Amino acid sequence: MENSKLEESVIEELERRPEMRISACYQCQKCASGCPIGFASDWLPSQIIRLILVGQAREVLSSRAIWLCLSCSACTARCPMGIDLAQVMDVLRRRAIEEGTVPATTPEAIFNESFLKSVRRHGRVYEIGMLTRFKMRSGAWMRDMEKFPTMVAKGKIALLPPKGSDYDAVRKIFERAEKDK
Amino acid sequence: MKYAFFPGCSLDSTARDFRKSTEAVCERLGIELEEIPGWICCGSSPGHASNSTLAVALPVFNLLKAEPMGCDVVTTCAACYSRLRAANDEMSRESDLRQRVDEVMGTPYRGTVRVRHLLDVLVNDLGLELIRDYVERPLNGLKVAAYYGCLLTRPSKIVAFDDPEHPTALDRLLSAIGAKPVEWPAKVECCGAGLSLTSPDVMQRLTLGILEMAERAGAECLAVACPLCQSNLDLRQRESARAAGHDVSLPVLYFTQLLGLALGLEPERLGLNKLIVSPRRILERVSVAASR
Repeated sequence: MENSKLEESVIEELERRPEMRISACYQCQKCASGCPIGFASDWLPSQIIRLILVGQAREVLSSRAIWLCLSCSACTARCPMGIDLAQVMDVLRRRAIEEGTVPATTPEAIFNESFLKSVRRHGRVYEIGMLTRFKMRSGAWMRDMEKFPTMVAKGKIALLPPKGSDYDAVRKIFERAEKDK
Repeated sequence: MKYAFFPGCSLDSTARDFRKSTEAVCERLGIELEEIPGWICCGSSPGHASNSTLAVALPVFNLLKAEPMGCDVVTTCAACYSRLRAANDEMSRESDLRQRVDEVMGTPYRGTVRVRHLLDVLVNDLGLELIRDYVERPLNGLKVAAYYGCLLTRPSKIVAFDDPEHPTALDRLLSAIGAKPVEWPAKVECCGAGLSLTSPDVMQRLTLGILEMAERAGAECLAVACPLCQSNLDLRQRESARAAGHDVSLPVLYFTQLLGLALGLEPERLGLNKLIVSPRRILERVSVAASR
């Protein structure tokens, strides 16, 4: 999508829902002060709003910020203008994937995909399957391996895939929901 | 008192002790849990971060399954609670999203099945009076830092059974069972959630911050209500402390495990042997005969 068209369409998508009208923001910084991952991020929540409003959504769509955001909703809870910033972040994450602006090595995006793949297959998350896929795609092979024996010994991880969910229903839901995008 | 139980994926894996202790205390207190048949994953954070239709459809499937059971849904996982409630919220208002979900599900749903968290059920449905009557082993003034985390407390309009900045439900429950909840400022601070797998250095800093605050407030242990919080604070306690060159040792128990102890239930029944940071000190403090 051409530069200015993308920036405009992001603003438009957000302004359409009353709880995501970021133009109401007056930069009080409550969201920025309360953001738990602000210290590690390239942009603070208040800056993300500003960037979008001045036509720089592309900057945000390729940022670390939207992936470090863990939807804790501290921002949403504190915004005096009632902006649901956590929901805005969801929109930005989905748009980033659609527009292909997610940096290739973003582990959070790889994780999300691995998680949903597991749900699609088993109806519930099969952690070992999910982690294998995540490790393969992200290269974080050795991480946490030292914990594995303890977890198995303590019965803290299911070795076999989960059973009992309505597999057919799950597959249908995924197929239809993904067709929609 | 009967509820349609939605356990969520982690209760059959990393949070098996949460399931064990939940079932044990509910049985003791006369709360009947009937598991929703064929339940599927709620989608958790990856769902709503990836596809808005999927994120609502997955919970709605479970709520439709619960509908004929004729009672409220109860869950113990904070993420599942948040997602089921959010789905109810979306489906109770007309929107393009609601229409898409209706089409995906092939049947309309209007957010009518009530979703509760177990903490809410215990404190507000059962009531602290009744719970106090069932206490056989009061917790001896054990100093506990009640940790609520994010999804159980925010945003209010979705999860609303307690104050988002200064919740007290868990504190009140702990007092009722003879513990002494400490005053501390990190009750609703984020533990780092799923970053534990993707950007662990960030999670470690958040998790350590919470543990240090609890320690400073004089807590002997933490009480938690979310499988991911428990995992970060317990399984990843040592790595978080080491990353900052610190030393912390605080047992992190599910609130159902502490409640179970107070109700006189045996540690094995509550899955206490699954904790990574040993709860031995806690068991001694509340006079449970040490068998290991």
